[in-house]
Amino acid sequence: MSARVQQAAFDLAQELQGFGQGAGGIVTFTGIVRDEGGSLTALRIEHYPGMTERLLGEYGARAAERFGLSDWRILHRHGDIQVGDQIMMVATAARHRRAAFEAADYLMDWLKSRAPFWKQEIRRDGSTAWVAAKDSDEDDLARWQGA
Amino acid sequence: MTLEILYFASLRERVGVSRETVASDAATVRDLIAELGARSDAHAAAFADPAALRCAVDQELAGLDAPLAGVRELAFFPPMTGG
Repeated sequence: MSARVQQAAFDLAQELQGFGQGAGGIVTFTGIVRDEGGSLTALRIEHYPGMTERLLGEYGARAAERFGLSDWRILHRHGDIQVGDQIMMVATAARHRRAAFEAADYLMDWLKSRAPFWKQEIRRDGSTAWVAAKDSDEDDLARWQGA
Repeated sequence: MTLEILYFASLRERVGVSRETVASDAATVRDLIAELGARSDAHAAAFADPAALRCAVDQELAGLDAPLAGVRELAFFPPMTGG
């Protein structure tokens, strides 16, 4: 059960070593930088040091409580991340698959719009543009509320 | 009271600094936004649409009506885009 924010690349297999021992199922999600039709070279990710780590830990603990997870791990990178490289990962371990799938989905919805990260596109033509939050991300998050 | 104000992402670029120390007696985030908006043209532009901003009060996500009594650190930023 851990949340981490780091600049360095990560190795998924290494992150999963010893993860979720005794669980019936483990779900992992890995986010990867898209090239957006060839227009992008990298994403630059800014975060709120201190607050980000603490909030990720809170969201993980909340997911564990809600879905009965036996283990969870959140890792999110910041800084410049090249197209094709891994941005972040979420892993959830539970006795049965549905809890693990749902908890991973839940965590991703919280990370998308309630974790203090901001993405900036670094484009092939040298320009930069902040990525705007999507209304659909708020809709996704709303699915988990009031229940 | 003395507040440490942090700006992130596009808001940081608009205001032109990543942090500043501000003396204020504002009762709520909304009141503080009105004061900050008067500091410069850049601030005025950055805070023109408070509803489009997000805020953290002492590193907790907070709404515009959050009280500021006893608060030390405020952060303003656009909607978050993690994941």
